Amino acid sequence: MKQTYRRLPLALSVAAVSMIGLTAGAGADTLRLLTWGGYAPENVVAMFESETGHTVEVTLSNNEEMIAKLRATGGSGFDLAQPSQDRIAGPQAEFGIYKPIDLSKIVASQFIPSMLAATKGNTTVGGEVYGLPHIWGTSGLVLDTVKAGMVHDYTDLCLPELTGKVSYRLKRPTLIGFAFAMGMDPFAAYGDETAYKAIMDKVEAKLIACKPVVKTYWSGGDELLGLLRSGEVTAAMAWDTGGWKLNAENPDITFVAPKSGALGWIDTFALPAKGKADAAAYDWINFVMRPEIAAMITESAGNFTASKGADEFASADLKARYQASFPPAAVDNIKWYPPVPAGLEAIEGGVLDRVKAAK
Amino acid sequence: MRTELRLGFFLLLTPLVLWLSLLIIIPHIDMFLVSLRERIGVGKYQLSLANYLTFLEEPLYLWTFLRTALMSIMATLITLVIAFPVSFYIAKMVKGRLQAVLFLLCLVPFWVSELVRTFGWMILLRETGVISNFLQWAGLVSGPVEMLYNDVAIMIGLVYTSMLFMVVPLVTTLESLDDAVIEAGYDLGGSGPSILREIIIPHAMPGIVSGSIVVFMLSLGNYLTPRILGGKDSLWFTELIYSQFIVRFNWELGAAFGFMLLILSSVIVWGMLRLTGQTLEKTMG
Repeated sequence: MKQTYRRLPLALSVAAVSMIGLTAGAGADTLRLLTWGGYAPENVVAMFESETGHTVEVTLSNNEEMIAKLRATGGSGFDLAQPSQDRIAGPQAEFGIYKPIDLSKIVASQFIPSMLAATKGNTTVGGEVYGLPHIWGTSGLVLDTVKAGMVHDYTDLCLPELTGKVSYRLKRPTLIGFAFAMGMDPFAAYGDETAYKAIMDKVEAKLIACKPVVKTYWSGGDELLGLLRSGEVTAAMAWDTGGWKLNAENPDITFVAPKSGALGWIDTFALPAKGKADAAAYDWINFVMRPEIAAMITESAGNFTASKGADEFASADLKARYQASFPPAAVDNIKWYPPVPAGLEAIEGGVLDRVKAAK
Repeated sequence: MRTELRLGFFLLLTPLVLWLSLLIIIPHIDMFLVSLRERIGVGKYQLSLANYLTFLEEPLYLWTFLRTALMSIMATLITLVIAFPVSFYIAKMVKGRLQAVLFLLCLVPFWVSELVRTFGWMILLRETGVISNFLQWAGLVSGPVEMLYNDVAIMIGLVYTSMLFMVVPLVTTLESLDDAVIEAGYDLGGSGPSILREIIIPHAMPGIVSGSIVVFMLSLGNYLTPRILGGKDSLWFTELIYSQFIVRFNWELGAAFGFMLLILSSVIVWGMLRLTGQTLEKTMG
C-alpha cells in the first residue's frame, strides 16, 4: 500500500510531462478534415502527424452533408473539406462557403496535369480556383454476372425478369445515368432549366414505370453491399469500389461500366471560408499527393487518386479489377460530371420525391 | 418576505425560460423567417409565401403528410391495444418483485440505441433473415420470404419503438386505481367487459391520453424507422424535411415543411382531444 503511494507522485509527474509534450505538439496546427470514409486512413494520418507535428481530426461525411454543414456555420468548423468537383462552384456562388486556393503553396507537379486542369476549370468562381483534385472514381452497374448477365445499361435495370432483384439510389446520379441510357444528354442541358426539366420529366416517367422491378432504393453503401452479398439483389447501380470489394469475396459479382458510359466523379480539396489552419491544410494536400502515400489511400478507399505516378504503387489485384471493368473504350466513354448550376437540385428534388411517392 | 419569494420564483424559473427561449422559441422564430424567404436568384431572396403555397399546391406533399399522420395514428392505436393488457397485468395482476422485473423487461430494449433496435428488426425480417429461414426450415414456405421494405415493417418498428412511452403512463394511472373499486363492480353484478368499460378505462383515461399524445408525436417525428425499414414507396414527412435541408439545399422549403408539421400535428392532437371529449387540463391534472 505504502509502495503504491510512493509511486503516485512519480506517475503524476510522468503524466504532467507527457501533457506538456502534448501541448507542445499541438503548438503546430490541428487540421480538422471533413472527408469521406477511407480517404484519411489511420496509417497515413499517423505518418503525417509524426512528420509535420500537426494533429488531424477526421470527420466523415458525404457531398450533401459537407455543404449543409459548412452552410450552417458560414464555412467554419473545418479546415479542409473534400466535396466532389461538380458541387463546388454552385454552392460557392450561392453561399460563399469556401476560400480561394493559393496555388503557389501546392506542389503542382504531384498532380496528373489533365485532371488538375479540368478540376481547376470546373471549380473557378470569379477568376479564383476553389478546388484541387484528389480521388476519382465512377458509378455504374454492380452485377452478379451469372444471374444478371443481361444487364448492360441502366435502363436494363427495368427488365421484368429481374423483379425484386434490383436496387439503386434515389439520388441525382440515378437520374443522370438513366437520362444518358435513354439517349439524352442531361449535361448539355445543365445551362437550360426548361430543357433540363423536359429531360427529367421523361426520366421520372421511366423510373415510375420501372418501380415494380425495384426491391428497395438503397441509401447507404453498406446496406447495398449487404443486399448484394446475401444475393437478395443481383443488379444494382453503385460505385466502382463497391463492386470491386465484392469481387474480392465473390468472383461472380463485379463492377460493369454501362454501355451509355460510367459517370465519373472527382473528389477535391477545398478550403472552408473560415478555416483556421490553412498551413496544415496545404501540408496535408502536399503530403497525401505524394505517389507512395496516394497509393496507401487508394488501398484504403479503393479508388485511384489524381497523384502522378501513384499507379505504380497500387496493388496488382486492384489494377486487374480496374482493367476488367474498364476496357480502354469504356474509359473514353466515362461521362465526367460538369459543375452543377445552383437551382437544378430543386428540379431533381421534385422528380425524386414523386418517384418515391408513386405507387 | 414577498420580494424574497418572488426572487426565488424567478431563480427557479430561469432554467426553464432559458431552455425554452434558447432552444425552442428563438430557433423557431428564425425558422419561421427562413420559411418566408423565396430564392429568386443566386444568393438573392425576397419575402413571400411561396414555400407554403408549394406545400399546398403539390399534392405529393399533402399526401405524404396525410400518410404519415394516418400511419402514426394507427401506430398509436396498435400500441395502445398491445400496451393496455400488458400495463394492466403489471399494475394489477402481479405484485412486488415480479412487478419490478416485468416493468424492467419493458425498459430493457431502450438501453440500446434506436438504430441498433431497428437493425435487429432488419435481421429478423429480411429475405435471408431469421424468420424467413425458420419458415423455410419448418417447411411452411418453399422459397425465401421478404418481410422487410413495406409499411407493415414500418408499423412494427414504430410500435416497438414507442411501446415504453405507452406502458409507463398506463402503469402509473392503473396502479392508482383501488382494487376495491373493481371488486365493488363485481359485487354489483358487473361483468368483465362492463367493468373494463365503466371503471377501468375511465380511470385510466389520463394515462391513455398522455401516452397516446407522446406515441403519436414520436411516430410522426420519427426519421430512422421509416427510412430503414420502409420500402420503395414509404415516404415519411420527416424524410421530406431532411432532404429539403440536406440534399436539396432548400432550407426555405424545409423550414416551411417544419412549420406545417408543427401546426398540423398540433391540430390533430387538439382534434383528437375534442373528439374523445378529453381536455389537456384533465389529462395533466
